[in-house]
Amino acid sequence: MEIKILGPGCRNCEKLAEEAKLAAKDAGCPADVVKVTDMKQIMSYGILGTPGLVINGKVKSYGRIPSVKEIKKWIEEEK
Amino acid sequence: MIKAFADWLTYNIFQLTTGTHLAEAVNFFIYDTIKILLMLSVIIFVVSVIRSFFPPEKVKKILAHKAEFIGNILASLLGIVTPFCSCSAVPVFIGFLEAGVPLGVTLSFLIASPMINEVALVLLWGLFGAKIALIYIGTGLTVAIVAGVVLGRIPAVERMVEDYVWELRMGQVETPRLSWRDRFQQATIHTQDILKRVTLYVILGIGVGAIIHGYVPIDFVATYAGRNNPFAVPLAVLIAIPLYSNAAGTIPIVQALMGKGMPLGTVLAFMMAVTAISFPEMVILRKVLKVKLLVIFATILTVAIIIVGYLFNAIM
Repeated sequence: MEIKILGPGCRNCEKLAEEAKLAAKDAGCPADVVKVTDMKQIMSYGILGTPGLVINGKVKSYGRIPSVKEIKKWIEEEK
Repeated sequence: MIKAFADWLTYNIFQLTTGTHLAEAVNFFIYDTIKILLMLSVIIFVVSVIRSFFPPEKVKKILAHKAEFIGNILASLLGIVTPFCSCSAVPVFIGFLEAGVPLGVTLSFLIASPMINEVALVLLWGLFGAKIALIYIGTGLTVAIVAGVVLGRIPAVERMVEDYVWELRMGQVETPRLSWRDRFQQATIHTQDILKRVTLYVILGIGVGAIIHGYVPIDFVATYAGRNNPFAVPLAVLIAIPLYSNAAGTIPIVQALMGKGMPLGTVLAFMMAVTAISFPEMVILRKVLKVKLLVIFATILTVAIIIVGYLFNAIM
């Protein structure tokens, strides 16, 4: 499974990346958490508010930091 | 009720004598800290719920192809209620332009949004009263509207935006359907998050304010930086620039200084500069604006804020 964190790399993006890793571990699902900082790529997902969370190519949330519980639910949906 | 609690703590528990500097400072500190933290919790929560209705993805559609003035006014108003952290400034800027929002209108939005933020408003309202908070909102909106109109009218201003900005194409994203429960949940998380970030600064700010309140002579500021000192306003703005994003810590100090004779215009100019002009924000905007436009942007904003300062010092 591929998890992408979209954002220029501020504190919020860091926090989301940590939560995503935790959620993947909780769900017992091996996942690569990749940070996407290139603006061109970020914009191609259509989001304005960062950080964005993309799981298997689908935008799950943006402009906020979802809870570990929410991320875990999305990971399980994509399993 | 908070007042009674602060009195009880100061005079009964700490056994301080009424009327002494120390008692006054302690009383002021306890009362203001409790009041501000309560107000922050309630108001940030309410604002967060309202904000969940205005994500930037929706706002850009409202502002697309709007005419000058109407667009700038709308953008500044929406800037107050649209949530985005300063690291989103670049995607917001690019996304707005791509959707056909005029450049001047986009800049009005980017000026108003950090300047009129909920933390600053709570502190202004709680410490200075509703009247000054409203004056701040009014002048802040005016600065954002005027600066946006002026910037939008610069000849060939589009060429002063980094070229790659015009080449980017946005994808489409679905706006998630939020239930009231989601909104409340997100607002709760957001409120906790902000409180965690600002509480220490609020306490420090009010602490320093309390010391000023209790110990600094009553006309101290009036003597050195009062209405008659023409350098007070620009100096206040210069001091404010490095204090960015610390409205929580600086506003209580400014309030105490106002009690010692700092005139309202200087106070307003200082607070606007704290929230609206900052070095890190300029670094972020440099990614989309060429140096020339960035310098013009910062200059117009600084001049507008200094004018506000002089204007209010002259009329109030």
